[in-house]
Amino acid sequence: MIKSQNLVKEYGSFRAVDKVSFELRKGDILGFLGPNGAGKSTTMKMITGFLPPTSGTASVGGHDIQSHPIEAKRLLGYLPESGPLYQEMTVLEFLKFAGEIRGMDTGARDKALTRVMEICHLENVRHQTIETLSKGFRQRVGMAQAVLHDPSYLVMDEPTDGLDPNQKQEVRKLIASMASDKAIILSTHILEEVEAMCNRVIIIARGRVLVDETPADLLKRHPRHNAVRLVLQSGGPDAVRETLDRIPQVGKVEALGNGWLIHPKHGEVIKPRVWEAARAGNWPVESLENAPLRLEEVFRELTLAPDAKPEKTKPSQKKSREKVEAA
Amino acid sequence: MKSVISIFKREFLGYFRSPVAYVFLAVFLIASAGLPWFVGGFFESNEAGLDRFFIFLPWVFLFLIPAVGMRLWSEEKRSGTWELLFTMPVSVTQAVVAKFLAGWAFVSLAIVLTLPMPITIAYLGEPDWGPVISGYFGAILMAGAYLGVCSLASSMTKNQVISFVISVVFCLLLVLLGWSVFNELMLSLNLPVALVDALANFSFVTHFESMVKGLIRVKDLFFFFSLTAFCLCLNILVLER
Repeated sequence: MIKSQNLVKEYGSFRAVDKVSFELRKGDILGFLGPNGAGKSTTMKMITGFLPPTSGTASVGGHDIQSHPIEAKRLLGYLPESGPLYQEMTVLEFLKFAGEIRGMDTGARDKALTRVMEICHLENVRHQTIETLSKGFRQRVGMAQAVLHDPSYLVMDEPTDGLDPNQKQEVRKLIASMASDKAIILSTHILEEVEAMCNRVIIIARGRVLVDETPADLLKRHPRHNAVRLVLQSGGPDAVRETLDRIPQVGKVEALGNGWLIHPKHGEVIKPRVWEAARAGNWPVESLENAPLRLEEVFRELTLAPDAKPEKTKPSQKKSREKVEAA
Repeated sequence: MKSVISIFKREFLGYFRSPVAYVFLAVFLIASAGLPWFVGGFFESNEAGLDRFFIFLPWVFLFLIPAVGMRLWSEEKRSGTWELLFTMPVSVTQAVVAKFLAGWAFVSLAIVLTLPMPITIAYLGEPDWGPVISGYFGAILMAGAYLGVCSLASSMTKNQVISFVISVVFCLLLVLLGWSVFNELMLSLNLPVALVDALANFSFVTHFESMVKGLIRVKDLFFFFSLTAFCLCLNILVLER
C-alpha cells in the first residue's frame, strides 16, 4: 500500500503541495492529473523519497519513506519525469547497474534483464549508448529500469510524454499488463489515458487534491452527463420541443442542427423516456444517442474555475462532499 | 555494500566511457613529468631523488583534480540522474563515499602511472627508496583531500564550470597557506610567527613536504584524513538538504 498523509511541500512562502492525502492498494492504477505546476511531480518526488516533505508523511508497503527510506525504496520502481539516464552508458550496462544497485544477484539480474528487454523491446539497442537513442527508446529504458526488480509499487511521472502514438499505445498496454499485482501511480496530461488505464483519478491543482474518485464518477460531473442527442429526419412534427419539455425528468432542451440536445434535470438516465415519447409521437427518428462526454471538459471546468472549489471526496468513507474554501 | 560497489564501478568506468579520462591522464602525465624536467632542473640537479618531482604536484593537482571532481555531482544534478540515484535503495552517505572512492581511484591510477620517474632515477643512480615511497603515499593522500574539496564544491551547483572554479579557489587557498613565498609575505607584514605557522598548518603543502622528506607523521595523516572526511560530511549534508 502506498499511503500519503497530509504531504506538504513549501518553497519559501510558496506552497507547491498542500496537504495531499491518499491511499493506494495493489491492483489500483491511480491517474494523477493536473495542470503544469500543480504539484504532481513534487508529490511523486516526496512519495519516492527524493524530496523531503515540509510536513506530512508518506509510506510505501508500510515503510515510512523518511525513517526507513532504504526498505521503502526497495519496493519501489520509479520513472522520473523526462527520464533522466546515464547517457554515456549502453542500455545493457545501465540496466545491469540498476540491477546491481538494487542488490540483485547475477542470476536473478540476468533473468530480469532478458524479461524487461523483451517487454520494453530493447534487444536491438542493447549495445547502443543511451545518448544515441531516440526519445521513445530512452523512455523505454527508463521504464525497463523501473520494472527490472518487479517492484510491487510503481510510480511513473508522465510515462508516455514525448512518445509517438504507437509508442504511447504500447506503453499503455505495458502498464495495463502489470496492473493486477501492483499499485501504480502515473501522472499524465492526456485524459484519454486515464480513461483507458486507470481505475482511480486524482485531480490536483495549486497543490491541492480537487477530486479523488473513479474515472466513471468523474464523468458524472460533466455538464452533459446522461444528456442525449436526438436527431430527426427532416419534416418532423413541430411539437417535439413541447413534448420533450413535458417529460418530467427532462431539464434543458437545446436545438442542435436538425436535432436536439436534451439534458436531464438531475442527472438521471433519460434515454428510455425520450425514446418512449418519440415512439408515441411517431417521430421520424434518425438517431438517438448519448451526448459524447470528454474527460477533458470536466478537467477544464475543475481546474480553470478561478475560485475552483477544492473539494475532497473520499468515496469509501464519506459520501457527502465537504467543501473547503479556496485559499 | 553491494550498492557502494556498483556505484563505484559505474563511476570509475564512467571516466573511461568518454575521452575525458584519456585527456586527463595525458595532460597529468605531461605536466607532472614535464615541470620537473624543464622547469625544476630535474636532470641537471644530479640527484637520485624525486623531491623535484613531488614539489610540483600540489600545483598540478590544483588544476587537474578539480577537473576530475567537477563532474562528480554537478553532472548528476544537471542531467537529473541524481533523482534516479536517490530513489534507488542507497543512502546519500553510500553514494557520496562510492563516488569519492571512484574519483580517488582514478586519480591514484594517474599517480601510479608516473612510476617511470622513479624507474628513471633508479636506472641513473641509487635513490633512497624511503622518501620515494612515502612521497607517493603522501601524493595519494593529498589527492584524496583535494578530491574531497572538489566533491563538496561539485555538490553545491549543477554547473560544472562553477564547480571547477570554486574547487580551484578553495584548493588554491589551501596551497597558498603553506607556500614559502606566501608565508614570507605574511611575515613581512609583521604578522606574528605563531599565526603564520598556524595558518600554514592548514595547507596541503606543509603536510605533504614532510612526507616527501620521508617522514610519515601522525599529524600529517590526520590532516589529510580529517580534511577529506570533513568535506565529505559537508557533501552529504548538502545533498540531504
